[in-house]
Amino acid sequence: MGISDQKTGQGKIILSKVDDVINWARLSSIWPMGFGLACCAIEMMATNASHYDLDRFGVFPRPSPRQSDLMIVSGTVTFKMADRVRRLYEQMAEPRYVISMGSCSNCGGPYWEHGYHVVKGVDRIIPVDVYIPGCPPRPEALIGGILKLQEKIRNESLSIPGNFSRT
Amino acid sequence: MSAALDISAIAALLEEQFGEAAIVASEYAVRQPWLEISPAYLLAIGQFLRDDPRLYFDYLACLSGVDEGPKVGRIGVVYHFMSIPRLHRLVLKCFVSREIKDGTLPVLPSLAGIWRTADWHEREVYDLLGIRFADHPDLRRILLPEDWEGHPLRKDYVNPDFYHGIQTEY
Repeated sequence: MGISDQKTGQGKIILSKVDDVINWARLSSIWPMGFGLACCAIEMMATNASHYDLDRFGVFPRPSPRQSDLMIVSGTVTFKMADRVRRLYEQMAEPRYVISMGSCSNCGGPYWEHGYHVVKGVDRIIPVDVYIPGCPPRPEALIGGILKLQEKIRNESLSIPGNFSRT
Repeated sequence: MSAALDISAIAALLEEQFGEAAIVASEYAVRQPWLEISPAYLLAIGQFLRDDPRLYFDYLACLSGVDEGPKVGRIGVVYHFMSIPRLHRLVLKCFVSREIKDGTLPVLPSLAGIWRTADWHEREVYDLLGIRFADHPDLRRILLPEDWEGHPLRKDYVNPDFYHGIQTEY
């Protein structure tokens, strides 16, 4: 008797909700945009690499915003970069998510007072789903942030109109 | 190969070449002895420092802008030279008035024609401190966006409230 028989019985049918199946698929393949801004990006790359292996969560960086579900803002957002970050976000197809990784991206970090060139938090230009504290956050923290985002996606519904309308 | 020159020997050579008016201040009893020279002589002294076989300063190691603030009223550049074959060093300073009159920035001559190092370094000083370098080959902002207003490392710089609709203060 195979595992599918044990789970489904003789009928080979699983009953579920559309939301659950779609959300399970979406949260199991969160593709972030391959894009890094500062030192946090080094931790992000380490998290993607073999030791921490984000691919085991289905997280796999894509080279284009059109193919991405998630933008990990990993580092200091300067005013010069802010326009580009906003444009990249707008180029992503919905549903799209943003993780703000590290103190700089959360609130300006060490540049909060005298950083004439730093945006004091990326949430001033795009909506953020998960904030990860740290300077920089360890790979475990980034994984924790992605698990938090998975929980958020798990509780969403595609069938309720307006559930994705985000400003 | 002649021996490395110390700061007083270098100062003597400069005085011999350009007269006493070229060097306006100096300090020898510090870790990095320096000479302050008059801006009018900067370009000629630069050419001399590089081309004279006794000096042979073939390497401009660093070029930094300094704003001494509205109280002192001076702004300028500190140059760190080194001669790789002779192994002697020189710190030069050059200051002008920091005032911006009707949008006209203070001017210093550009050394980019003598040392290529000066090209991007002078762009940085222009970008952040607002010194115009005369005869620079390509004097654009190097770090900040092109539409940035003002020069943020000036002591009296005030942040604008918004940049492209983004609030700048915390």
